[in-house]
Amino acid sequence: MEAIAFYVFAVLITALFLVTVFSKNALYAMSSLAAGMVLISGIFFVLGADFLGAVQLVVYSGAVMALYAFGMMFFDATKDVKEKNPSAKTIFLLSGASAVILVVIFSAPQIGRNIKALVTGTPGADNPHVIGEVLFTKYLIPFEVAAVMLLVAMIAGIILAGKKMDVSLSESEDDLVDEASELKEQK
Amino acid sequence: MSLTLTHYLILSVILFVIGMIGVIRRKNLLMLFFATEIMLNAANVALVALSSYIGDLTGQLFALFIMAIAASEVAVGLGLLILVYKKQGTLDLDNLTLLKG
Repeated sequence: MEAIAFYVFAVLITALFLVTVFSKNALYAMSSLAAGMVLISGIFFVLGADFLGAVQLVVYSGAVMALYAFGMMFFDATKDVKEKNPSAKTIFLLSGASAVILVVIFSAPQIGRNIKALVTGTPGADNPHVIGEVLFTKYLIPFEVAAVMLLVAMIAGIILAGKKMDVSLSESEDDLVDEASELKEQK
Repeated sequence: MSLTLTHYLILSVILFVIGMIGVIRRKNLLMLFFATEIMLNAANVALVALSSYIGDLTGQLFALFIMAIAASEVAVGLGLLILVYKKQGTLDLDNLTLLKG
């Protein structure tokens, strides 16, 4: 049963993310990305990481919805995104890097055969229970740092995007240039 | 045929390579964000699979922190994306030649 679920999820995720990467239509790319994120939470549920599966659903539905909104703002969904074709150098780089990663991934389990579990939490407890237990004891400081980082990112996002939201930056500069040239002409 | 850790790691590497292809191939800034999200998710799959098979919770907690990083990356990245669009009028990466000597 677990195997069937894994193979179904794996094939669907791979296909959807391939669409995301290769599709020329922005709407198709975004939709398949969202569907792939939801299916990855399925993989987490199969692995018994219930809490992370739920967090994946919540976080990525939020993040992807934000991307969705921006995509709708910037692209015409009926038109294709114009992009240049990759050069031969790109293809060489891609194939080389893929080969290296494949070798590392296949050799890593052999190296890590005698790894022992260190952080196990209460045996027999639910997954969210043990996650909370470990998160608020051993990983309390990283947790707080992550909270501060999210706050910093939020403020940075507001500052970057919201600054002079009522006036377009490019337009205001163009106006200044126009005014300057008009002054010159008057002289 | 029962599932082993290698199955999950192979899935993870496939997803990571897809994301990397996207990062190198895409010329549009917003499309590049999608590809980075895919790569972060591939790392998450590997971490959760290792955590689940070894029985150590550290992997799951690191996946949680990666999600936090991904969320803040999207927030800052979209802010920068708006600025680039205001300056350049396009999201094409080939137009970003301001720092070219």
